Amino acid sequence: MWPSLVQRQIPSRLMVYLSPVLALLLSLLAGIVLFIIIGVPPLAALHAFFIEPLSTSYGLAELGVKGTPLILIGVALSLGFKAGVWNIGAEGQLTMGGLCGGAVALYFYGQEGFHILPLMLLAGVLGGVAWAAIVAFLRVRFNANEILTSLMLSYVAGYFLNFMMHGPLKDPEGYNFPESRQFSESALLPLLFDGTRLHIGAIMALIAVVLGWIILSRTLLGYQIKIAGSAPEACEHAGFSNNKIIWITLLMGGGMAGLAGTIEVSGPIGQLLPNISPGYGFTAIIVAYVGRLHPVGALFAGLLLALTYLGGETAQIRLNLPVAVTGVFQGLLLFFLLASDVLIRYRIQFGKPALTMEKN
Amino acid sequence: MDFFIPAMLTIITAATPLLFAALGEMVTEKSGVLNLGVEGMMVMGAIMGFISVHYSGSVTIAIFTSILAGAFMAAFFALFVLKFHASQVPTGLALTIFGIGLSALLGQGMIGIAYEGIPKISIPLLSSIPVAGTLFFQQDCLVYMSIIMVLAIHYFLNKTRAGLILRAVGDSHDAAHAMGYSVVKIRFMAILFGGAMAGLGGAYLSLAYSPLWVEQMTAGRGWIALALVVFACWRTGRVLFGAYLFGGISILQLHAQALGIGVPSQVMSMLPYLATIIVLVIISRDVSKIKLNAPASLGRPFHPSR
Amino acid sequence: MKDSPYLIELKGMTKVFPGVLANDAVDLKIKPGEIHALLGENGAGKSTLVKMIYGILKPDAGTIFYDGKRVEIESPAHARKLGIAMVFQHFSLFDSLSVVENISLGINQAVDLKKLAGEITEISKRYGLPLDPHRHVYTLSVGERQRIEIIRCLLLQPRLLVMDEPTSVLTPQEVQKLFMTLNRLAEEGLAILYISHKLDEIKSLCHHATILRLGKRIGTVNIDNESTSSLAIMMMGEELERIDKGEKVTAGEVRLRVDNLTMPAIDSTGITLQNINLEVRAGEIVGIAGVAGNGQDELLKALNGEECCQTASSIIIENKPAGKLGPNARRRAGMASVPEKRLGHGAIPDMDLVDNAFMTGFHRMGLLARGLINYSKTRSFAHKVIDDFAVKTSGSRVPASSLSGGNLQKFIIGRELTQAPDILIVSQPTWGVDAGATQTIRHSLRKLADQGAAVLIISQDLDELMEMSDRIGAICGGRLSHFYPTNDMTVEKVGLLMAGVSLDQGEANVA
Repeated sequence: MWPSLVQRQIPSRLMVYLSPVLALLLSLLAGIVLFIIIGVPPLAALHAFFIEPLSTSYGLAELGVKGTPLILIGVALSLGFKAGVWNIGAEGQLTMGGLCGGAVALYFYGQEGFHILPLMLLAGVLGGVAWAAIVAFLRVRFNANEILTSLMLSYVAGYFLNFMMHGPLKDPEGYNFPESRQFSESALLPLLFDGTRLHIGAIMALIAVVLGWIILSRTLLGYQIKIAGSAPEACEHAGFSNNKIIWITLLMGGGMAGLAGTIEVSGPIGQLLPNISPGYGFTAIIVAYVGRLHPVGALFAGLLLALTYLGGETAQIRLNLPVAVTGVFQGLLLFFLLASDVLIRYRIQFGKPALTMEKN
Repeated sequence: MDFFIPAMLTIITAATPLLFAALGEMVTEKSGVLNLGVEGMMVMGAIMGFISVHYSGSVTIAIFTSILAGAFMAAFFALFVLKFHASQVPTGLALTIFGIGLSALLGQGMIGIAYEGIPKISIPLLSSIPVAGTLFFQQDCLVYMSIIMVLAIHYFLNKTRAGLILRAVGDSHDAAHAMGYSVVKIRFMAILFGGAMAGLGGAYLSLAYSPLWVEQMTAGRGWIALALVVFACWRTGRVLFGAYLFGGISILQLHAQALGIGVPSQVMSMLPYLATIIVLVIISRDVSKIKLNAPASLGRPFHPSR
Repeated sequence: MKDSPYLIELKGMTKVFPGVLANDAVDLKIKPGEIHALLGENGAGKSTLVKMIYGILKPDAGTIFYDGKRVEIESPAHARKLGIAMVFQHFSLFDSLSVVENISLGINQAVDLKKLAGEITEISKRYGLPLDPHRHVYTLSVGERQRIEIIRCLLLQPRLLVMDEPTSVLTPQEVQKLFMTLNRLAEEGLAILYISHKLDEIKSLCHHATILRLGKRIGTVNIDNESTSSLAIMMMGEELERIDKGEKVTAGEVRLRVDNLTMPAIDSTGITLQNINLEVRAGEIVGIAGVAGNGQDELLKALNGEECCQTASSIIIENKPAGKLGPNARRRAGMASVPEKRLGHGAIPDMDLVDNAFMTGFHRMGLLARGLINYSKTRSFAHKVIDDFAVKTSGSRVPASSLSGGNLQKFIIGRELTQAPDILIVSQPTWGVDAGATQTIRHSLRKLADQGAAVLIISQDLDELMEMSDRIGAICGGRLSHFYPTNDMTVEKVGLLMAGVSLDQGEANVA
């Protein structure tokens, strides 16, 4: 007989930590199958995907570069999802934040000063916050589903950036390409290590992880977040306003995404382009889940998913593997994680349980 | 007048994918399941339909394949949600992300390939009627199918026992279970149906609307379809209305110049998404109405108590 | 097989669940036309036994004889085919569908809805169960919904009707009407298995009773030979000591006053509260009776701050206007509350007992310091509650959902009582709770009042209120009746209040 799933008395703490590992293993297995189907030597592909990017110090630095936005947004989304607030439009908040930060950089184009970068970062955070505030307002005031509104706003933000790149913010000396001027020195994030692209944004990501951890585990806000996601009526009974939590988590998500966007344009990219993110806002959703909706988990998961981006690029160069494999892999990882999570609440039972046999 | 008919035709073309996807999702939601993976199922339908028509030359096979593709993706979702008791929201998201990624991978070789689009079928006699004839009776088979589905689904839900059972499951899965109905089986079929319809909607995009393949060519239509179901208050007739309303809005961008609207193209492109938000707000603010029309067990996990 | 005088006979029915022997070799037999009570307190195994009769559970051991022949009841559909019908305590109804649609779903094949509607109308007239087949269920009251369940059963022309705690949702007058219907059915030859723990009802309705305690059959008796005390002794093992209301004659100052509170319903499915006037004094227990769905939840939320009032002076706590204060401000002012729904409202199912203790206790117990949670203090608080109220649990780190109903309720009430509130509002304190925990809870509520707190109990259990409260009133359709000293009231009079009838027209009106 097929094994069946039987509910556990108490959820398994072990599986909470084991599940992402299991998911990763299953994804690797699925990846191997996928490579074989495509006709690429599976072990070579795995090597190109996961080992090679980490084999140089430049590669490790790149892991930090790609990981920074994923971790920043992942931490904020972890808190939001834990509260049951589904901010799926972080990509749009990233876009708007990057746009605002970039606009400030262009405003100060050619100038120098220590004030420029902080102003840019602030503008980026505010841009993301404002974009997320729309979602929060519509949800609290009109009960509009935040999944759909935040997503719709993502598309709108994308078109808006595109519009700005073809018009107002275009580089006047740029031969009509939809790009902005390259940012001047003061508007670029300082690097941590010469010879790499790793910038101080990585430090910000680490700070975000620590702050997120403290908030979630020790503060009243963290407690409120946990209740809100678990039992909204109990949350009201405890005297916490569900609406306030919706606002706070959405604004945090928007702020972090906006920060991430600004970091991207003032770091690795160095200018404004019609496309400033390879889908970090969406991948951060996977980061949050694989990270067990916990800030520290988001750190590890962010690095893992950053690796998949690097791996995709490396595999393309080495083995001509289409970059799209990265997306498939990320999707599979989330699926397998959700599947492995079953084992937290249920255990596998082979055959009939000895004592109970029931109908319906 | 010269402008009217082509404009209306484009509205029909724009509305049909939305109509398919929204109808399918409505049936799924009526059974109490929220499937956020519509976008992923649609885009898989689009690529599989395109690939099949390219290699087989047969529209029938392409339609068949896209239905299977959508249903197959939906089956994954059903497995996770019904058997593994995974939470519906992240599972739906996973389906979307996976679907988009997989379709991009499968579509690598299809970029730039041309296809002339599925042929229109003229209904004899009726198609000779001026205006209405061209509009309603000279459409491709999928458009006809979409309208037939509207009628069929309405009849199914409201006039058949199976439809009543489906609605009951969506109202209270515990009560349905207590009465001996297999909630899992019914939801499984509703989810598959939703996937099949989403696949059809996606296929329409790559076979008739464009017709070609571009990565992520659904461009959020799956999400708009989800919003449409809310807008329609889970009623078939209103889904039809909503799909055509949105079809019209998304087409405005194409005809902006002809209509003399001097707004930048990106802003016009934003319109469907902005319209979706507005429509969601208008409907959602009436909490009572939502409560009365939304399937009461929508999105709630089903744990049959012993 | 010989012709048996019994319609159904259960021999040696046993059912085991992980960790508990729900039914231990239980015997039961019922004749046609007999109204047989299945008596036992919460947790005795009545539901389990009956689920085996109805085919929902399969027995681990034992046999069922029906009409003298041995049967294995495979499923509810099979049970129905045999002529066994069941009215559950929790109705399986679909709110958004009509009565006739609901009933048609209970029938195993496709039916003509028009014809069915006609049959429904006929049966409802014949047995005094008025019901309009075309109304949607969400518009019906609880009593009317029960009629749907009963009519649905009667349409099957059953030979055995099982009723699981049917009167917990009815006013005393509705109970009388139900009993008339049941007697009529029994006269026509229907066997009725009546599950309850309400001794007075069983005395007045049933012919025989089988008593279960902790899964075992204690005995089968002829009701006429028993008194409520003897039944109680068999049910509990000992007579329940009645809560001593004590010699307290005068209550202290008014701790909680509600002045003309009106609160519109949140949406069309809620109840609007109208002109609520209420006073609870230090040292007294005030009881509010009422059938479910008349605004109890809304009243609780208005009182504890989950819903705020238009005017601050609608609710006065310790002489200070509190209508606009939220739950935690009211807690600071000395008010504690226990909602009707435990998991999901009074407690968080997925979080452990430490987190659940923090939930309402962080202000009065000082568990928060400069925005950071003091976990060791919270743990001590949780442990104190667990110890003081004998909450059976393997520790404080287990999720609240893993506790049994009675233990969870002890924890929740204990959590509030340990905070030494000046005002306590409790909704359905002992619903579904086993006898032992019920005793603990009722004792602690009385003790709290004796210590000077003002206690308000909202309950569907009329017996409980009659026993515990000093003054009693009722809520009906969002309106509160006047309150009267309990010693001057009878169950019938309270029943009238529950139905919205005013008693001020003169006591002469009441039979």
